[in-house]
Amino acid sequence: MSRHSQNGPIYEVEGLVIDLYTPTVSVRAVDGAGFYVAPGETLAIVGESGSGKTVMTLGPLGLLPEGVAVDLRGTARADGKDILSMSPTDLSRLRGGFFGVIFQDPMSALNPMLKIGPQLAEQARRFAGLSAEEAKKEAVSLLARSGIPDPEDRYDRYPHELSGGMLQRAMIALALAARPRVLIADEPTTALDATVQAQILALIRQIQKEDGIAVILITHDIGAVSVLADRVAVLYAGQVAEEGSAIDVLTAPVHPYTRGLLASVPDFRSNNATGTKEIPGIPPNQAQLEPGCRFADRCELVQPQCRTHRPPLVKVGAGPVPHRVACPVVMAAEGIVTHD
Amino acid sequence: MTDAIVAKGLKVHFQTAAGLVRAVDGVDLTVAQGAFHGIVGESGCGKTTLARALIGLQSATEGQVQILGRDRSDWARSDRKGFARAVQFIFQDPLGSMSRRQTVGQTLEEPLQIHSVGDAKARRARVAELLDLVALPATVLDRLPRSLSGGQRQRVSIARALALSPQVLICDEPLSALDVSVRAQIVNLFARLQAQLGLTIVIVAHDLAIVREVCSAVTVMYLGRVAEEGVAKALFADPAHPYSQALLSAVPSPDPRIEATRPRILLAGDPPSPRNPPPGCRFSTRCPVVEPRCRETEPALRAVQHGGAAACHLADANIHAMI
Repeated sequence: MSRHSQNGPIYEVEGLVIDLYTPTVSVRAVDGAGFYVAPGETLAIVGESGSGKTVMTLGPLGLLPEGVAVDLRGTARADGKDILSMSPTDLSRLRGGFFGVIFQDPMSALNPMLKIGPQLAEQARRFAGLSAEEAKKEAVSLLARSGIPDPEDRYDRYPHELSGGMLQRAMIALALAARPRVLIADEPTTALDATVQAQILALIRQIQKEDGIAVILITHDIGAVSVLADRVAVLYAGQVAEEGSAIDVLTAPVHPYTRGLLASVPDFRSNNATGTKEIPGIPPNQAQLEPGCRFADRCELVQPQCRTHRPPLVKVGAGPVPHRVACPVVMAAEGIVTHD
Repeated sequence: MTDAIVAKGLKVHFQTAAGLVRAVDGVDLTVAQGAFHGIVGESGCGKTTLARALIGLQSATEGQVQILGRDRSDWARSDRKGFARAVQFIFQDPLGSMSRRQTVGQTLEEPLQIHSVGDAKARRARVAELLDLVALPATVLDRLPRSLSGGQRQRVSIARALALSPQVLICDEPLSALDVSVRAQIVNLFARLQAQLGLTIVIVAHDLAIVREVCSAVTVMYLGRVAEEGVAKALFADPAHPYSQALLSAVPSPDPRIEATRPRILLAGDPPSPRNPPPGCRFSTRCPVVEPRCRETEPALRAVQHGGAAACHLADANIHAMI
């Protein structure tokens, strides 16, 4: 499968609005955002805490924070099927089989009371339709494939008997057990040490190449994006600020937020010390959003219309992978032509 | 010039139900006055325990620590307040290190009251000065820590640590709970304060890119020992220890074009447990260039090309050709 597949999207979200309500506060977590991912492709959804990246990706699947009321509007399609109108049973099957999810904390996916192997086998039996015996074999081979040494032995271990890196691998094996077509990795390396992070990223890349599945990487780690992603969507305060190929977005960013975000990450491999630049201020309070551009209060280029009109995402450049930016001010200032 | 911190033969062992944990297991550390000294390494390498032992938040099993030319335990015992004025600690989680019921103003004034600095008016002026120093608006004075953002909280804890004008600041992962763009703000704040106030700063960190960016010196730890040390830029440009090389290799470039072609050193497995360190070199179980002698004799730190020192039998020019 080629990295830039000609296939249509396998998971696609459009015009998504998600409001979260607690007894005391209501928050617009996602505000008219969307994304798509095709088989054989890795999409990174990048944003800082509170940007809505996790809620936007997992919300349509019914995976939302507990204890809050949710109002969710927009469209979301998996393999062409509208998932927002699905029955809870169908959605639950889709979550288990079509989507595989890797979380930051392996213990949120693995049952601490059960041995690792049987948890994998159960998943393979239920969603990949294997017999008990086949499922056990599959579980051992998934552990091996996830880079766990001595998989027969680990099959009979409890989660607490494995190290952090090994648990992360076991959770990846669990996510793969149902043979998903979309693998969603939510901050998969945030809690890991540098050398183990590099191992896990290499593993995800290898699985993606071998299986040709779609991968969605939710992260704030630009390094992980640079290693894995074909395409990137940058989310700020619930809206997409910029999206495009990883090379376009990471090496020729256009939106002032993307530029600021990248400038605040020192390039370890560059010989000239670039210095760590900072974006002044903090993201807006999403319980009291003003109209207009969400980034206006922190933006150096801010103009009066930024505070009243929401900037649309428009296509810049004519490359094969659409590069879209939601900032007419920077485009006008730099003479960037739209290609819509 | 005397060194700000000199630790010799420092060991911190914990007795746990599962056995003896050698969190810090024989560390010599010298931090020059006015240095911005980074301590890096992965979980379990002992970097946080080392930082806590330096200031006495954790008692050492063995070894001595001198701070500003004085024996730390004598100093802290005989002149508790004088020691606290000179040496301050910043925690990873600012919320956990502040009283939830105290406003920012109270939090910042408390050390001044305890140390009887000035009258009420002078203290208020000092608090205003501190807010200014860490670039917080006066409007935060009446707020509680919970209502602040992560970056603002960390600024408050830095301001509190600076209240008594310390000479040495020891910080345990002060950046890891912060978002990327906010992290850059706090890093720049540390760098500015260090230059402006002539502080000596020791910072425990796992973000190597940031350490390279701001630190003057760096110590790389592995499993309770120092693997390598030196001038930050020189060490990062030419690491001599295979562990440092792998650790640095694991840091991705934000440029995907570089990542697509860059050769990487991928280590197998996780670091072993500090309960049961391997014999010989502690890195021998994961080292890509391990030799038989590495499993028998623990290597001592010795001078290497970049001007610092590395604890590796093979740490010389040949090693680069081997990896």
